[in-house]
Amino acid sequence: MTLFEAVLLTVITASTPLLLAALGELVAERAGVLNLGVEGMMIMGAACGFAGAYLTGSTFIGAACGVAAGVAMAAIFALLTLGLAANQVASGLTLTIVGLGLSGLIGGSFVGQKIEAAPQAHIPWLSDLPLIGRALFAQDGFVYASWLLLGLTAWFLYRSRGGLILRAVGDNPHSAHALGYGVRTIRLWAVLFGGGCAGLAGAYLPLAYTPFWVSGMTAGRGWIALALVVFSSWLPGRLAIGAYLFGAVSILQLHAQGAGLALPPQVMTALPYLATIVVLVVVSALRRQAGSAAPASLGLAFVPER
Amino acid sequence: MRRLLSAIALAGATFAGLSAAAAQGKLKVGFIYVGPIGDYGWSYQHEVGRRAVEEAHKGKVETSYLENVSEGPDAERAIEQLVRTGHKLIYTTSFGFMEPTVKVAKKYPNVMFEHATGYKRAKNLATYSGRFYEGRYIIGQIAAKMSKSGVIGYIGSFPIPEVVSGINAMMLGAQSVRPDMKIKIIWVNSWYDPGKEADAAKALADQGADIIAQHTDSPAAMQMAEQRGIKAFGQDSDMIQFGPKAQLTAIINNWAPYYVERVKLALDGKWTSGDIWGGLKSGLVGMAPYTNMPDDVKAMAEATQAAITEGKLHPFKCPVVAQDGTTVECKGGANLSDEQILGMNFYIKGIDDKLPGK
Repeated sequence: MTLFEAVLLTVITASTPLLLAALGELVAERAGVLNLGVEGMMIMGAACGFAGAYLTGSTFIGAACGVAAGVAMAAIFALLTLGLAANQVASGLTLTIVGLGLSGLIGGSFVGQKIEAAPQAHIPWLSDLPLIGRALFAQDGFVYASWLLLGLTAWFLYRSRGGLILRAVGDNPHSAHALGYGVRTIRLWAVLFGGGCAGLAGAYLPLAYTPFWVSGMTAGRGWIALALVVFSSWLPGRLAIGAYLFGAVSILQLHAQGAGLALPPQVMTALPYLATIVVLVVVSALRRQAGSAAPASLGLAFVPER
Repeated sequence: MRRLLSAIALAGATFAGLSAAAAQGKLKVGFIYVGPIGDYGWSYQHEVGRRAVEEAHKGKVETSYLENVSEGPDAERAIEQLVRTGHKLIYTTSFGFMEPTVKVAKKYPNVMFEHATGYKRAKNLATYSGRFYEGRYIIGQIAAKMSKSGVIGYIGSFPIPEVVSGINAMMLGAQSVRPDMKIKIIWVNSWYDPGKEADAAKALADQGADIIAQHTDSPAAMQMAEQRGIKAFGQDSDMIQFGPKAQLTAIINNWAPYYVERVKLALDGKWTSGDIWGGLKSGLVGMAPYTNMPDDVKAMAEATQAAITEGKLHPFKCPVVAQDGTTVECKGGANLSDEQILGMNFYIKGIDDKLPGK
């Protein structure tokens, strides 16, 4: 494996959890729900994912447990913000705090245990391609799942009737309601999807990235995912660019340090953030389109009039 | 009637005095951790120490802890919270808690504080740390014997003196066996981010390092070394189950005896401020079993460990030559003084990287 392949491989592993979590949040925000609990849903996905995989010995069941945990957390959030019309920002922050605490409790008995890393699936022929083959087509299932989800989400949001309705709900829930669409039902599905994605992203960490459980292992990745959604101006394509760019700069700065580049490590650590912000702002400035900014009703509770 | 009243008053007073004594009898001891207790590293080892205190002084102490406290202004609030809830002896267990601890200690002169790995002291603020560089000298020697590529990969957290002296000690150990050893250093700017630590370890391995050492707190690097089939050293605790074929040894932080002893002093009213810096001899620093190496390397490591324990060998024995070729002034007689090691802000000769901020 050449150095280029090795770097590309690590970039993809580093970016995948960000991409997964951010995709789910993008859909929820497109429906008008701001869920700041991504970190909490992720860490619950990580804890339950590890527990599932450790107890059954199956990565797939582990991933399913992770998704289920994320969905369950999102359901609590939905109950608060959609059912009881509670403040979304406060509820989301609470969800993060609850998740960080609860995951420590669930994972407590698994500290110091290890599992086999998720197996890699070589795609015949494609994985033999020079340079990019090993890195792109000999990955674990999570990576393929993230690509599949990316494609499906982009298609759903912009090429399907359901996506149109979902975006309408995010922009103007009152009009959508007047047209007879169940605003809260649609938002519920979007929030649950977001939770499932965050749970899967979280499960990726202890199942494939670093195959063991330690509490707090998401280390702020949920927040980065949230920021990526904003800087991508709620567009799936740009989101993918942002996630991979962030991962790439994070890895490259490590390599630069190893090669002896004399920049302060504090600057190096800030680089992924700076680079991602700059690139996405430039992209937005170059292709400014009306209506591609934030969903108009993002973060506002909707209570149907009777 | 008056007599009866005064008798009641007297009884009441005695009772009040008794209950006050009972409340005083149980010493509340608080701990502040920088990471989660489940990190299987730094904070975990402090937690082991806290449990040992509970066990050793059963019925006499009440302990509590706050985990995941970030270094900086937020720590001050956390420490004050422990003070306000009646804790009389408070351990702040990370270098970055130094300024907040100093501040709170000044505000509450009747509370005893102990800060790990710092250098600022007061009448009610003691410091304590481990001479981890002693262990790092040993692992440096092992690395030099075991490495084929001649390159050590080192994952650093923050470029503070404790970490820098660890890098220097490891290189001095390595050079004592193989003068041309190289080291690649990656700073991850975090004590604890398993993903990033693994990424750093991968980057180091991809760049040719075949021995990984770390000064961060999770077993991610060890596990990565196991996957890649290279060798690594554990940090803080024995990480052998994460690298059964990879771990050569681990530098273990063994705080328990220290905590038990200090809390006993506080219980007896004999606690005084000061600085305790224990190494292999005091048991504060321990080495995990030497594994995955040939017998001669193991024998060498054991001999070095014995020499350091007996005080016959000092990792920073003079002359120490700095990166720029100047010989470092020898303030400790035959070796660098403790102050020089605690404030170390230079690399020794043989390290090609530049120390951040220099």
